[in-house]
Order: sequence, then structure tokens, then C-alpha cells
Amino acid sequence: MVRKKTRVLIAKPGLDGHDRGAIAVAQGLRDAGMEVIYLGLRLTPEQIVEAAIQEDVDVIGLSCLSGGHLTLFSKTMDSFKERSDKEIIFIGGGIIPKKDITALKAAGITGTFGPGTPINEITSFIKAELEKGSDDKED
Amino acid sequence: MTDVMAEMKERKREFKTTVDGIVVERVYSPDDVSENEIAAGLPGKYPFTRNIMPAGYRTRLWTMRQYAGFATVEETNKRYKYLYKQGQTGFSVAFHLPTQMGYDSDHPLALPEVGRVGVAIDSLKDMEDLWSGIPLGEVSTSMTINATAPIILAMYIAAAEKQGVAQGQLMGTVQNDLLKEYVARNTYIFAPEPSMRLTTDICGYCAQNMPKWNSISISGYHMREAGATAIQEAAFSLCNGIAYVQAMIARGMDVDSFAPQFSFFFAAFSNLFEEVAKFRALRRMWAKIMKERFNAQNERSMMLKFHVQTGGCTLAEQQPLNNVVRVTIQALAAILGSCQSLHTNSYDEALALPSEEAVQLALRTQQILAFESGVADTVDPMGGSYYVEWLTNKIEEGVQKYIATIDKMGGAQEAIKKGYIQREIRRSAYNHQKAVDAGEQVVVGVNQYTSEEQPALELFEIDEGVAKKQLERLSKLKSRRDSDEVQQVLDRVRQVASSGENIMPVLIEAVKAYATVGEISDALRDVFGEYKEPSVL
Repeated sequence: MVRKKTRVLIAKPGLDGHDRGAIAVAQGLRDAGMEVIYLGLRLTPEQIVEAAIQEDVDVIGLSCLSGGHLTLFSKTMDSFKERSDKEIIFIGGGIIPKKDITALKAAGITGTFGPGTPINEITSFIKAELEKGSDDKED
Repeated sequence: MTDVMAEMKERKREFKTTVDGIVVERVYSPDDVSENEIAAGLPGKYPFTRNIMPAGYRTRLWTMRQYAGFATVEETNKRYKYLYKQGQTGFSVAFHLPTQMGYDSDHPLALPEVGRVGVAIDSLKDMEDLWSGIPLGEVSTSMTINATAPIILAMYIAAAEKQGVAQGQLMGTVQNDLLKEYVARNTYIFAPEPSMRLTTDICGYCAQNMPKWNSISISGYHMREAGATAIQEAAFSLCNGIAYVQAMIARGMDVDSFAPQFSFFFAAFSNLFEEVAKFRALRRMWAKIMKERFNAQNERSMMLKFHVQTGGCTLAEQQPLNNVVRVTIQALAAILGSCQSLHTNSYDEALALPSEEAVQLALRTQQILAFESGVADTVDPMGGSYYVEWLTNKIEEGVQKYIATIDKMGGAQEAIKKGYIQREIRRSAYNHQKAVDAGEQVVVGVNQYTSEEQPALELFEIDEGVAKKQLERLSKLKSRRDSDEVQQVLDRVRQVASSGENIMPVLIEAVKAYATVGEISDALRDVFGEYKEPSVL
């Protein structure tokens, strides 16, 4: 059986323009066989959620290096949960202090990845998390 | 003897400067460099390979200029005064993103970003308070501002005037380099054409009214941070520089009337010799471009002067103290490369905004290099090294190839529109990432010599009350000013923007009426519209 390709949305909420990491991750996940929608930068949480629902993604990856991650990531996750029941994975990247990771996890983020993270670490993380979620449904 | 040498087994099959870089030979000798090249290069003499000044740092050390700004003007003013007391000799203002993107702090898009990556400046009142107690006639100030550079420069001029300092006395730089924003840094508001008009408005205004001010800082730094190699950084900056010179000439300006006020901004990464060679090649190439392509007569038009910042993306989150060593090597490269001013990064910047202690150590690194290492005692101490001279030529060759390609495309603006420069940089960034992931490129503490234990660092935090405080400042300002006057001056901003007149005088009027960054930007948006990036992936 061929399983449906994992669909990932990568986006940058807020005004931050540092997109090297987001683009590298998007390329890396695509090379690993996932379907990646790179939405670009300077987006509102609402715009990201709208696209995520239309594209029916399994993963939303958010990147922010300006320090606005707590507000911007939380808003995106809240807004998604308000509009959809689909169980998806949220991951985040950027300059995120440890203390904030705890807060983001409480708000629903599955994993965060700082500068220097090898891309295959993110790929394996997504695969493992998706398998966890599908264990009770499939196989 | 040669046979014995050939048999010596080496620890790698090939030695390279960077990921798609130059192959480095075992040893270099006089055969690798032509003799007249070494003999021709005297510092202070065209083409300035060794230094633009004859005595280099023996006359004056580089300006130690730490990029700083956060929260509201009160906090940043305090940090500036602290840095001044610590021996810093110039300021470098980091603005928060809303100011850079033309939004007031009370705009919905602005709220999560208020006071984070820089200081919040909404109006002239903020600018006045930022410099409270700091004499603007005596310091030099670099402002990292692009899309809203005309507004922020107008505020700086007006704030200085309130201190009794005339604009002609002001020393400093506005970044004002929009072309690289479309490639890497992404803080553009308008399309490339109106952006080029605003950029050249500033250059023209400075040429006429602010002789001590650098009207532009053509920046390779952000392209390098986005993934460009050293050669790409140098090539794309020079191409952008060429585009700006052409745009100024197209406006009817004589090249020598504005070019002496052009400056540059580059990165220094950890490959010491490659960086030094890059700076030397850049100086030589800009001099030749200005003389041969643009027929400049004034030698000052040919002198490439530049600021350097150590490589932000070379800082690792893992084992953060290792970053102190990286920054030291990179700063050394900048100094051996004869930069005019230098920012050293703080070791904790992959984790958070830098703490005061980390900033102090970064500045101390420069001071130790300046006063203890002896590297500033003679001009271009690397000059004449077979390897460095060879590498300087090699980098020049690589840069020249890119310039020829981009010339063929019709120049930097066209190459950017076609996405060529963006694609080249992204390819390099991805290649680098793959090389690091595969372990071909060693990053100590990241993909080799890793450790589980991480030292607990005292990280800097922005007070969560900052946004509230800034919004109070803004609403107080709005209630105090004459709003009819503001509306009238904003109308005049729209008129001048739609005409071909220089925008600067009306912007100075507007900021003096306390029109805000957001209001003035909106007036410009009414005329120029907004630019949406084309899809990149």
C-alpha cells in the first residue's frame, strides 16, 4: 500500500524577514519526499490557517527569528483549532529560548528546532510523530 | 625532494575555502603571484588593494560600532550611554521591525514585534529621546534602515536640529540599500522602481546637504547571511553598487558629486584568509569599476570604505561559548582586511537577544585585538603573502565572472527581477546545509565534538510591558500634536511623491509636525502601492 504523501505547510508569521532557515527546511523536507507548500513571509496567523485548511496539511511549520514567536505561534495554533478538528502537528523554528519552549508546548506545539538543527532530525521527528498519531487508526 | 613531497599523505583529498569554493594548494611560492602585483600595491594608492589610507590603523583605529537597540527609547538610550562609557566610538541603531516596515506600534501587524529586534521609533519625539544626553554633533551614527530610510533620516536631521546641530555637521550612515532587501533581508515596502527613486533621493540630498554623511551602505552582509558564498557576497554587492551609481548618473548627477559618500557593509566568517582576500579584492575591484567604468576623477570616489559584522549565522546554539572564539577569528579577518568599522556579535545570539555581559565581551574582543595583539600596528600585514595574494586574485576572478553574467542580464535590478541572484544564494545555502548535515563541513559542537550538557546562560529578556509603554507614548503624542497640520503635511508628502521632486525636504517638514512613521509610510503607499514578493519555491 502506498500511503498518502505527508503534506507540510511552511510559513513565516509576523514581520521577520529571516527566511534562510524556513526555505532550507522546506527544501529539505521536499527532498525527503514530503509535499511542501512554502507560503512565504510576513503573514498573519489567519492567512496561514486559511492556507493550511485549504491545502489540508498534516504539518504546519512556523519560523520566527524576531522574538515574536510566543504570540505569533500561539495565535496560529489557536486559530487553527478554532476552525478545524484535524489532528495536525505544529513545529516551530527560530531563536527560541528554552523557557519559551515550555510555554509553546503548553500552547500545543509538538516540537521546536533552533539554529544548527540538521534537517534529517526534523524529517525523522515529523515521521515519528505522524506514525504515533496513526498507530490506532492504521496498520 | 618533489617526489618525497608528492608522496606525503594528506588528511584530506582536497582542501577548499568554502562549500563551492576554491581549491587550496599545499604551498604557495613566488610563482603563484606576479612580481609587479606585490610591488604595485602601496596602501593609499590606486587601486587601494592594501588600504584606502596610506597609514591605515596607525592614523586611526577602526570604529568599534556595536549594533544595538531594543524596547523603547528609554532602555536603548540607557544602553547607548553605557556603551559610550565602555569606550565605544560610534553608534549603530537597530530599529524594531514595525519602524523598518512603515507601521506604527499600534498597528495589528506591529504588536507582537514591538521593541523586539530593535528600538521602537514611531515619531520624532521618540528620536529626540533616543539621543537625549548624547551630542549628535560629536558622535557618528549608523542606522540600519532601508524602506523607511528617508523618514528616519529626516527624523535624525530634525532631532539634531533641536540639539542645535546643523545637518551639514552630522556624521554617520543610513543603510538605504533596497536592492539587497529583495534578495535577502526582506524589509521592502514598495516595488523596486519607487524604492530606487527613494534611495537616490537620499543620495542626492546627502550629496548637496550632508557632506559628512554616508548616503548608502551597500550591503553584502545580509546576502551572506542568507547563504551566499564569499565570492557571491562580493559580486552581488558590487553589482548592486554599480546599479546605484548608474541610477544616480541617470538622474543627471556627476559621479564624483555623490560617489565619495557611498559605503559598503560586509560579513566576516571564519575562514580567515578567504575573508582577508575578499576584502582586498573588493577594494581593488570597486576602485577599478569607478575609474574605468564610470570615469571617476576624484580618488575618494574610488575608495571602498566598509563596515564589517561578524557572521551571525556562524553562531551556534550548541556550546555557545565556542562562539567567542569564532567571533575573535572573524573580527581578526575584518581587521586584517582593513575595515573602517566593526561590529562583533555576542556569543549568546543564537539563543536570544544579547545580554549586557555578552555585549561587553564582544566589545572587549575588539579592544584586545586593537591594543594587545599588535595586528593594527602596520598596514595590511598579509600583503605579500604568496597565498593571500594568490587568493585575492582568485576571488577577483570569481567575482568578475558573476559581474559579467549579471551585466549580460542587464544589471542587478534585472537579475533580481528574474530571481537569478536569489536562486544562486539559495543554492549555496542549501549546499552548505547539506555539507553540514553530512559532516563534510565540520562545525565544532554541532556536528562533531558534541556534548549533551549545556551551560545555563543568563539570557536577556524584553520586558513584556514594552508594547504597552510604547502605545502610551504614541497615543500621548497623537493627542498633543496639531492634527490639521499633520493632515496637510501628509497631503504634501503625497504630492511630492507623485512628482519627481526630491522627497527629503517635505519629509523633514512632516516629521517636524510629528507625523508618525506609519502615517508617512501610508501616504507613500497611497502613491507607490505595496510590493508583494513573487513565489520563490
